[in-house]
Amino acid sequence: MNDWATKGYLEPGEIKTTLPRKELLMKHLIAISECIQEIPCNPCVTVCPLKAITMKDINAIPVIDYEKCNGCGKCVGICPGLALFLIGIKNGKGIITLPYEMLPLPGKGNEVYLLNRKGERLGKGIVMRTVIVNKQTKSSLITVLCENEDDIYHIRNIEIIK
Amino acid sequence: MREIQEHPILKLARGKEIWIKFSGTPIRAYENETVAMALYREGIDVFTESSKLHRPRGMFCAIGKCSSCMMRVNGIPNVRTCILPAREGMVIEKQDMYGKLPESIEDFPEPCEIYTDIVIVGAGPAGLSAANILKDFNIRVLLVEQNPKLGGQLIKQTHKFFGSENEMAGTRGFEIANILIQNIKDSNINYKTDSTAFGFYPDSTLAIFQNNQLLKVHSKYFFFATGASEKMIPFAGNDVPGVFGAGAAQTMMNVFGIKPGKDILMVGAGNVGLIVSYQLLQAGINVKAVIEAMPKIGGYFVHAAKLRRFGVPILTGTTIKEVMGTKRVEKAISIGLDEEFKEIEGSEKEWNVDTVCLSTGLMPSVNLLSQAGCTLKYVSSLGGYVPIRNRELRTSRETIYVAGDVSGIEEASTAMVEGKIASLAILEKIGYATGREKEKNIEELQRLREGPFSSKIVESLGEVTYE
Ligand SMILES: Cc1cc2nc3c(=O)[nH]c(=O)nc-3n(C[C@H](O)[C@H](O)[C@H](O)COP(=O)(O)OP(=O)(O)OC[C@H]3O[C@@H](n4cnc5c(N)ncnc54)[C@H](O)[C@@H]3O)c2cc1C
Ligand code: SF4
Ligand code: SF4
Repeated sequence: MNDWATKGYLEPGEIKTTLPRKELLMKHLIAISECIQEIPCNPCVTVCPLKAITMKDINAIPVIDYEKCNGCGKCVGICPGLALFLIGIKNGKGIITLPYEMLPLPGKGNEVYLLNRKGERLGKGIVMRTVIVNKQTKSSLITVLCENEDDIYHIRNIEIIK
Repeated sequence: MREIQEHPILKLARGKEIWIKFSGTPIRAYENETVAMALYREGIDVFTESSKLHRPRGMFCAIGKCSSCMMRVNGIPNVRTCILPAREGMVIEKQDMYGKLPESIEDFPEPCEIYTDIVIVGAGPAGLSAANILKDFNIRVLLVEQNPKLGGQLIKQTHKFFGSENEMAGTRGFEIANILIQNIKDSNINYKTDSTAFGFYPDSTLAIFQNNQLLKVHSKYFFFATGASEKMIPFAGNDVPGVFGAGAAQTMMNVFGIKPGKDILMVGAGNVGLIVSYQLLQAGINVKAVIEAMPKIGGYFVHAAKLRRFGVPILTGTTIKEVMGTKRVEKAISIGLDEEFKEIEGSEKEWNVDTVCLSTGLMPSVNLLSQAGCTLKYVSSLGGYVPIRNRELRTSRETIYVAGDVSGIEEASTAMVEGKIASLAILEKIGYATGREKEKNIEELQRLREGPFSSKIVESLGEVTYE
């Protein structure tokens, strides 16, 4: 039995696909997937304008071609599993774009708590951008800047500071 | 009192304010709200009493499938108030024991006879997608639905659906429902809401009541897409108001904009439990934990991960032992289970919650099929008794077809394809050239069921599908 199947979250080491090379991450944001179980789903494949995401059949796990992805975020907004994220590195700081479906939505410049996959606070970050797509169909996308570049492997949620 | 003010996904709009009376007290209700929802929103938990031990009774399933919310309405007993739209001046009373009919039967108009080619019972994804096919042919179709709204369980699914483009993947469930419903409303299909099919008679008459009106339906074909109901599990205090089916909590929040509680314990970590827990968070409600008897999470990993990210614990190998409370849940006790599912002494945990949601499985609603004499078989992995059928979903009776959860618990995506297959099969029998389209959908269904999550379903379906 996989550990994640009992705990409900991944340890950073459990992400099966190798993550993008650091040189790529320093160029622009790149999509990564934490969709690790064979489920009948493929909108991420259909939505990508650059055909960067592929799947053997609808039940297979999505594979992202990091060289092709330009970080547009379309796949992050449509994914029903909220299992796709964009990550990048700029001047030694980490940048993460994550899907967010709660209220209130943070605005640009707001300070927020950064949460890991278990919902634990790991520190604070600054919201760089909030893209409110049609909320009835897609998830809003929040982009946060984190102090450490390593945070991109751990941060998967945010919490509004009251 | 319990209104959701703001929601990240839904636009919540309430109808015009009206007033009803409950045990003599005026209660505010809104148009488009059911009686049970109005009472609950105004803070009333106890609707009636059990007939023998006089224990308090509240709502449980909220979709018209159980009998927990039955009350006396304008003098008529045994009315399911969770699906009864509130109307100005309605008089609601606690039920007296089994309920007595009023002396005069003025309230009941003469029965009405209806003749049709196909009657579809249930307007969830299965029934709606069947009606969407049938609407384009020159035949008489009657679609009946016991809820005030068409759409079945789909109208409360605020999450985006899996699947492929064909099943509108990435779209939220309620939006898929809106599309299907609009097509029906724009067509010639005769549809009736607030209409419950309750009896199938030996002369093949289907009996339906719409409010107090009896409808006797005579049809060439019968299409049952009645869905499923939530399973209750045994534990002390499982009848205390505030113990709800998870689907009921979902109906309250996402159809009526009402908070089911303040602090929730979710029992069951299948997809329903995980999804509803996440939706509770979206409604601003505190989910203390999800507990699961099995040693691993049953639902999709991505649904679990969505919850864990918000710090909601998922405790596997844990079940509910007891719920305490007089008129409302005040506390719940969980307990750990060993590999043989025996309770581990001393592993009890106390939860300060006012609501316990059960998502411990669904059971196909086969009552009418059983009355109609269709052969049923018990298959636990399909949810309970399910009808024996052939590959185009015809039951053991020549003119009776099924689709969706009633034929085995699965998903909306498969329910929709099944609805298409069964309706195309009926059309073929009537003499239309729909055979090829039918085969295409049979293939589509196989494709959807290819994944590892479906292997058990496919195996079980083999047991109930004849050539
Ligand atoms: C919380 C939750 C999350 C889910 N998430 C997903 C998902 O992400 N993807 C997915 O594909 N599926 C999902 N499902 C499953 C999906 O909703 C169901 O499988 C699907 O709705 C079944 O469709 P159906 O038409 O068979 O039944 P239903 O949707 O249950 O519809 C049956 C209809 O029949 C009516 N009815 C029943 N008996 C009578 C009667 N006697 N007279 C008149 N009317 C009657 C009922 O009122 C109901 O409207 C989810 C279910 C739940 C509860
Ligand atoms: S971010 Fe854009 S380009 Fe990259 S995989 Fe997603 S959809 Fe494709
Ligand atoms: S859309 Fe999301 S959940 Fe669906 S296959 Fe792609 S990554 Fe997985």
